[in-house]
Amino acid sequence: MIEADVAVVGGGPAGIAAATVAAESGARVVLLDEGATLGGQIWRRDVLAAPKGSAAAWLDRLAASGAEVLSGWSVFDAEPRRLVGFRGIVRFHQVVIATGARERFLPFPGWTLPGVTGLGGLQAMVKSGCDVSDRRIVVGGSGPLAIAVAASLAERGAHVALVAEQASWVQIRPFLFAILREPRKFMQGLDYALALHPGVVRFGTWVVGAEGRDRVEAVRVTDGRRTWRERCDLLAVGYGLVPQTELAALLGCRVEEAVWVDREQRTTASGVFAAGEPTGIGGVECALIEGQIAGLAAVGREVDHLETERFRGLRFKDVLKTAFELRNELRHVPRPETIVCRCEDVRLVDLEPFVDRRTAKLVTRCGMGPCQGRVCGDSLEFLKKWGPNEVRPPLMPTSVGDLAR
Amino acid sequence: MADMLTVRVNGVVMCVPPGFTVLAALDRAGTRTCRTSVTGEPRGALCGMGICQECRVTIDGRSHERSCMTLCQDGMEIVTGD
Repeated sequence: MIEADVAVVGGGPAGIAAATVAAESGARVVLLDEGATLGGQIWRRDVLAAPKGSAAAWLDRLAASGAEVLSGWSVFDAEPRRLVGFRGIVRFHQVVIATGARERFLPFPGWTLPGVTGLGGLQAMVKSGCDVSDRRIVVGGSGPLAIAVAASLAERGAHVALVAEQASWVQIRPFLFAILREPRKFMQGLDYALALHPGVVRFGTWVVGAEGRDRVEAVRVTDGRRTWRERCDLLAVGYGLVPQTELAALLGCRVEEAVWVDREQRTTASGVFAAGEPTGIGGVECALIEGQIAGLAAVGREVDHLETERFRGLRFKDVLKTAFELRNELRHVPRPETIVCRCEDVRLVDLEPFVDRRTAKLVTRCGMGPCQGRVCGDSLEFLKKWGPNEVRPPLMPTSVGDLAR
Repeated sequence: MADMLTVRVNGVVMCVPPGFTVLAALDRAGTRTCRTSVTGEPRGALCGMGICQECRVTIDGRSHERSCMTLCQDGMEIVTGD
C-alpha cells in the first residue's frame, strides 16, 4: 500500500506538470504511469535520442521535485481515495487524472491488414525501435498530428508518398490563423512543412480502402471526384484524438465527451482533478498549463496567475474541434463486410439490426473483446452516433490472480 | 550503444538495443503479424500505445502480452500468431 497526499495518474505533460508543482510545494506526491518511461505519447522517449527542449526541462524539474514516480503502473480500478493497479494499491487525498488521449480509428475496407497502423501509433512504434527507413508510407486521417507524424517519418528516412487530410483547406483556415498567433506552434508547423516534399499533403482527401494479401501493399484514396491507388509498405491513419475519460467516469466525474472541470481543473467529484487531454483535446502547451493548475489547486495553492494562459488553451481547443471536424462521407467508407470490432471480428452488417450499443454488444459481442470497445466504441460514436461505452472495472484485461489480490 | 540484448522471435535469434520494445524486435525480424483474429485473420499492431490489444504475442510462455508495451529483456522468447 502506497500513501500519498496527491496521486497523479498519467505521466505525459499534464501529469508531469501536476506532480512537479504539487511536490514542489511540499506535498507527498506519487505519479503513476503505465509506460516503461515517462513522457506519455507526445513526449514518448525515443530509444535512439535523449529528451530535448521543454520535455527535458520538465523531466529534470520533476526529478528534483521529490515526487515519487512509479513507471509501468497501470490502474484498473478506482474508488474514492483509492486506486487499484496490477502492482498494488495507492491511497490518496487528492487525485489528478491526466490519462491523455487515444486515437480515433474509423474502419475502412482492409484496415485490419498488418501494416495499417494509427498515426500516433506508427510514431510510437518508431520511437520504440521500429525502422521505417526506405519504407513507402501513406499517412491519412485528420488533425495536426498527421503532418507532424509525416514529418517525423520523413526525418527517419521514410518515403512519405502522400498525406491525405480529410478536412478541406477552407475548413482548416481558422486553425491556420490560430497557429499564426502562437509563435512556437507556428515555427513547429513550418518545420514539419519543410520536412515534406511539396505537393505531398492533400486536403479534402481521405482513405477508402487498403489492399494486400497478409500485409498492406496499397491504399485507395479519394478527393470526392477522383479515386486513385498509392502503393505503400505502411499506412498510418488516425481521425483525431479522443479524451481518455474512463478513470474519471469510474471515479464519478461528470463526463460529456470530455471530463468537465472548473477554473481550478476540479471535476464534479470531490478530491478529483483532471488536466490535459481528458478535459478536451488541446495539445501539449495546454496540457502543461492545466497540469500546473491542477497540481497547485490539489495542494490548495492559488492558480490566478495561470488563468490567462488557461483561457488561451481553451480557445485553441475550440478551434481544433471545428477545423478538423470529420466529413460525413467517412460514414460511408466501410462496406457491409468491413470489420468494425477487431477484437471479436464483428462486421458492419452484423450491427445493422441494432439501434443502440448495448443490444448490439449483447447479441454480437461488439466491444466485448480485450480492448473493451475503445477502438470500435469511438468509431461507432461517429459512424452510428451511438452513445459512449459504459465504464466499469476492470479498466483493462486483468488476470483473476490480480483481481484476487 | 550499450550491450545488445538477445531475444528469440519464433525461434530465430535477434539482437536488439536496450529500450527496444518486443514490437520493435518483431519489426527487425520482418514479422508484421502479431496474432490471429477470432476468424483467422492475421493482425498486427495498430495503436502502438497499449489500447487496441492487436499486438498481443506470447512472451516467455505468457500469452496475450502487448508487444508494444513490453520492453525486450535478454533471453526473451517471443512467439507470434496465437
